[in-house]
Amino acid sequence: MLTTEQAWQILGRVADPEIPAISVTELGIVRDVRAAPDGVDVVVTPTYSGCPATEAIERSIREALAAAGAGEVRVQQRLSPAWTTDWIDDAARERLRAYGIAPPGERSVRNEQPLSFVPRVACPRCESADTERLSQFGATACKALYRCRACREPFEYFKPL
Amino acid sequence: MTAATQTHTAHLDYLLRIADTSLILGQRLSEWCGHGPVIEEDIALTNIALDLIGQARLLLTHAGALEGRGRDEDQLAFLRREPEFRNLTIVELPNGDFGRTILRNFLVSAWQRELWQALAKSSDGELAAIAAKSLKETRYHLQHAADWVVRLGDGTEESHKRMQAALDLLWPYTAEFFSPSPTDDVAVATSVGPAWSALQESWVAAVTPVLEVATLKAPARTPFLTRGKFGVHSEHLGHLLTEMQYLQRTYPGGTW
Repeated sequence: MLTTEQAWQILGRVADPEIPAISVTELGIVRDVRAAPDGVDVVVTPTYSGCPATEAIERSIREALAAAGAGEVRVQQRLSPAWTTDWIDDAARERLRAYGIAPPGERSVRNEQPLSFVPRVACPRCESADTERLSQFGATACKALYRCRACREPFEYFKPL
Repeated sequence: MTAATQTHTAHLDYLLRIADTSLILGQRLSEWCGHGPVIEEDIALTNIALDLIGQARLLLTHAGALEGRGRDEDQLAFLRREPEFRNLTIVELPNGDFGRTILRNFLVSAWQRELWQALAKSSDGELAAIAAKSLKETRYHLQHAADWVVRLGDGTEESHKRMQAALDLLWPYTAEFFSPSPTDDVAVATSVGPAWSALQESWVAAVTPVLEVATLKAPARTPFLTRGKFGVHSEHLGHLLTEMQYLQRTYPGGTW
């Protein structure tokens, strides 16, 4: 059987299936882990309601813990409080940038208006601020698509949520 | 019916109206997959469809549990007949061109935003959690649509003409967003959610400035009032369900 701390450490090595540069714990979707006499209880929260990775993440969590001898793994979904990009820690933000994804900016009331304020996002590759948004939605709902006018490379921006 | 049964039925009806509106709009938007005018918009519309279907899954699962007859999200989505659906009529209308699809997303997302905001305080804890989560997603849907409404409305002569035609067509359907119903009265009495009529003022305040910037003019209100949320639908919903429910009707009980 595993201790709660060991279970957290194992989950810290489970990569997000869409963004393998960061782990599911760094992304902030693992909300609680508890060792029990017969196994481990894990509470997760989805990023977006329709995120197709949610089920794959649950499966990876089960597999990683089972492989480490956790016994029975029970994964429960919790919706409240709703997931926010504020839960992504600084180290993970840096890793996102190195991976080519601009990390999420601050959430602001300006960004909640119907007519959107398009935030200035620095290029994760060359750091230029001379970038433009191509689309509000990138390859996944959680990212927007940008292009850097300095180095001419496209990149994704993790939208604040 | 006893008072308790009435309250239960109204609660379920209230949930289904919201769930089905997300589900059917999600199904309509998924029709754009592979047909978007540019790849970025193809991806955007299908990402929005995924959010909406995700919201519907959470709400239908909750509705199924509340109903207490052992029906899950799939059974509610795929085995109900047309008059049992409670979605707003506007979301079952065919997509039309890209402009009309976007304009509908704009009108509906602005309404959903007001609804989720109010529902985040629901006495139904699960509904409140789903609403708080969905609100964040809907803000992005609304921005996406509003940006395009302005770009196309205040665009070329052709794009303006099409957007105005879309607004003339869709605007009358928005009256259903706010029409009173006994279900709402129960929802208010039990603090499950707001009367939808109470959302009208803030919806108008959100929508009007965008339409102005887009140089589009909403037509005057008429007595036209659709009744999708009462289960009375246009001819289009049956066709949509025929496609959406095909697999489950052909292979009953099939799972993967």
